[in-house]
Amino acid sequence: MKKASIIMIVGPLLLLGLYIFPLWNIMLGAPQYPDPLGMNIYISGLKGVNEFDIQNIDGLNHYIGMQTLPKANEMWEFGTFPIVIGIMVALGVLIGILGYLNKLSYKWFLGWFLTMSVLGVLGMYDFNEWLIDYGTNLDPNAIMKLTNTDGSPMTYKPPLLGHVKMLNFDVTSLPASGAWLMFAGMMLTLLAAFLGWKNQKTVKSIS
Amino acid sequence: MKIYSYLTMTMGAALMLVSCGQQNQSSNGALSSSAAEKVYVAPGEQDEFYAFMSGGYSGNLTVYGLPSGRMFKEIPVFSQFPTSGYGYSEETKPMLNTSHGFVPWDDAHHPDISQTNGELDGRWIFINGNNTPRIARISLSTFETEEIIEVPNSAGNHSSSFITENTEYVVAGTRFSVPIPQRDIPINEYKSNFKGSLSFISVDPEHGHMDIKFQLMMPGFNYDLSHPGRGKSHGWFFFTTYNTEEAHTLQEVNSSQNDKDFIAAVNWKKIEEYVNNGGGTKVPAEYAHNIYDESTHTATTTMKKEVLTVDPLKVPGAVYFLPTPKSPHGCDVDPSGQYIIGNGKLSADLTVHSFDKMIAAIEGEKFDGEAYGIPILKFEDVLAGQVKSGGLGPLHTEFDDEGNAYTTFFISSEVVKWKLGTWEVIDRKPTYYSVGHLMIPGGNSRKPFGKYVVALNKITKDRYLPTGPEMEHSAQIYDISGEKMELIYDFPTHGEPHYAAGIPAEILAPKSKKIYRLDENKHPYAVLSPTESKVVRDGNEVHVYMSTIRSHFTPDNIEGIKVGDKVYFHITNHEQDFDVPHGFAMIGQNTSELLVMPGQTKTSVWEPKKVGVWPFYCTDFCSALHQEMQGYVRVSPANSNVELKWSLGE
Repeated sequence: MKKASIIMIVGPLLLLGLYIFPLWNIMLGAPQYPDPLGMNIYISGLKGVNEFDIQNIDGLNHYIGMQTLPKANEMWEFGTFPIVIGIMVALGVLIGILGYLNKLSYKWFLGWFLTMSVLGVLGMYDFNEWLIDYGTNLDPNAIMKLTNTDGSPMTYKPPLLGHVKMLNFDVTSLPASGAWLMFAGMMLTLLAAFLGWKNQKTVKSIS
Repeated sequence: MKIYSYLTMTMGAALMLVSCGQQNQSSNGALSSSAAEKVYVAPGEQDEFYAFMSGGYSGNLTVYGLPSGRMFKEIPVFSQFPTSGYGYSEETKPMLNTSHGFVPWDDAHHPDISQTNGELDGRWIFINGNNTPRIARISLSTFETEEIIEVPNSAGNHSSSFITENTEYVVAGTRFSVPIPQRDIPINEYKSNFKGSLSFISVDPEHGHMDIKFQLMMPGFNYDLSHPGRGKSHGWFFFTTYNTEEAHTLQEVNSSQNDKDFIAAVNWKKIEEYVNNGGGTKVPAEYAHNIYDESTHTATTTMKKEVLTVDPLKVPGAVYFLPTPKSPHGCDVDPSGQYIIGNGKLSADLTVHSFDKMIAAIEGEKFDGEAYGIPILKFEDVLAGQVKSGGLGPLHTEFDDEGNAYTTFFISSEVVKWKLGTWEVIDRKPTYYSVGHLMIPGGNSRKPFGKYVVALNKITKDRYLPTGPEMEHSAQIYDISGEKMELIYDFPTHGEPHYAAGIPAEILAPKSKKIYRLDENKHPYAVLSPTESKVVRDGNEVHVYMSTIRSHFTPDNIEGIKVGDKVYFHITNHEQDFDVPHGFAMIGQNTSELLVMPGQTKTSVWEPKKVGVWPFYCTDFCSALHQEMQGYVRVSPANSNVELKWSLGE
């Protein structure tokens, strides 16, 4: 149980990487952008991969009537996410310590993992909602109003995951280093729960 | 007169013979090998070297790639350039100020890239204006001219602009000696009244700013070309001279009478020390110093009022003459600094002087008389060897990194490769036609990159499709990586390239700027946000603070302008994206357009003469809505009361 508890302490700590590294990355390449424009999504806001990328993405998007990308203070998520992550890290570490002291069972480990997973899915859902709004809620006076072959207005929702060809742009959306750290951290907590469970079985069978 | 016609006939005959011979060689030489592969830079690939070619009478500097021969840019230097508005915009007009007023043109000759420890460092490139003596410094991060200094007491600024091995000085010598100070005297009183000044212009190691440290007042010869000592000869500078006869008329004959002219060896370190200890004489002079500030995007002119001159006789041991046959032209120093090559342009042979022998001769005081008090060393005492080339009219020499030298022959139209030390000729290849300078990247530094040599020719004739009597000059690229040179490409150049300078792309490309930062724009009329755009009247002067971003001007409607106003359009490009310039042009404007780079501010003046509503537009196809990037100015009669107002999207 001691080994499992240590892993349980380390796992949530990896989530601290989210304060430094981007959670998600969207790259936009086009023939005239051999060095693609890119946007890194942090839990606290958006940043260009290169210094002026956000400004340049907004500049291009104004032709098709997309809203400008939100500043950190323009979306509640960028204020809330860092707090939620902070609470979850603190909770996870606390659970680990209490487990180490044999005050808690491995089930708490699993509980933390499940809570974090639910929050993660909610976060993804929220992110996708924003992408939909960003890509479809277009200025009715847009310079270019394009339609699909069936006559419906063309929308520009970037993919949540993967690659999409959007007009002249190749848009690729992938988890970034922060997300991978979070994923690794969560897997560690799952491993901690597993080790805890195995340990308990062994203890039970010995007694 | 007899000699004159004899010489012309000989040269004419030589030219004909040689060009006949070349016709045969060209038909089977260049195309038979893998030349195409060697110069082919596939679409999307980039060249291995930058080549900066002087524009000669274009007054500018062109940037090419090697080995492809593709032209990338023309950098305006001494000439007005309507393409970008250089010399037309309010910010850049001061760059062309001189003591003679605004001079919108010059004859640009010899570019030289800055060096550290004798190796190319790629910070700046310098070039001389020959006609109204000037030296320019061009930034190699923005590829824009940043500074031009006029050189007083000079005329025909030709033995310029060569730099010392740590860019301590950029040196400018005079080809046409003149009365110093200038005065009203009969031309035939040339002898002893005319002088040739050699100017040592210090270069600030931090920002590159130039300042004339001293001018050496030499006898009234023609100082034709020069190069610095390097390595062991660092601290010396060598100048070829002709017209040691001091003729002032029919010089093609009268300046060709002496069997030997001189290479002047100048110990500039000694003179620098003399000057630093208070030596030299300050004399009144008038010359312009123009500096372009990258943060204000604006040039300013300072008129300087005096210059420090040095009499060479007052600094013992500072200057010696090395006799050199037949009106030498090129003056080149090998990478080790040991050999000084003087190419007697009226001879078949090259003369190579030895630096060590020169020092020994000086120490042994083996003089062969003097000229105007300057000791002349004995020819035999300083001679390292002679290259018996078999060519005619040697002009310039460059070097590779394997101890070989390459010399151009104008009259016999060829490049000759020979070995330093043994003086044997290794190879010779024809050029098309009548080659002047040649260039090996770094070929006049301690570290040449001996892969290609570019021959810069004076005569084009039949090399390309005919374009009427006037044609661009031709250049040839030879692969020199093997024992024999191989002609691999032939391409037209812009203007008349004299000298050129090459540098590996890997040194320059990474530090080439993509944009100017808007947040570092300190132009007094810049608008950093479109909300700051405005129009301000001050008497009959109107200042339009205008911003641009794809695809509109802010403001784009202006009313209240009157006939007789002087309207300044200050355009700030708000783009911060690579390669998105915006242009500006106003109908009927008596000036050029502006091409404004991202983050930059430029100003154009318009003096409307007619009542009406007049459009302006963006001249650079900036975006999909470029055609919509336009605006109107309403011009009312001079006595009208139309209120000044401006707007966008109302």
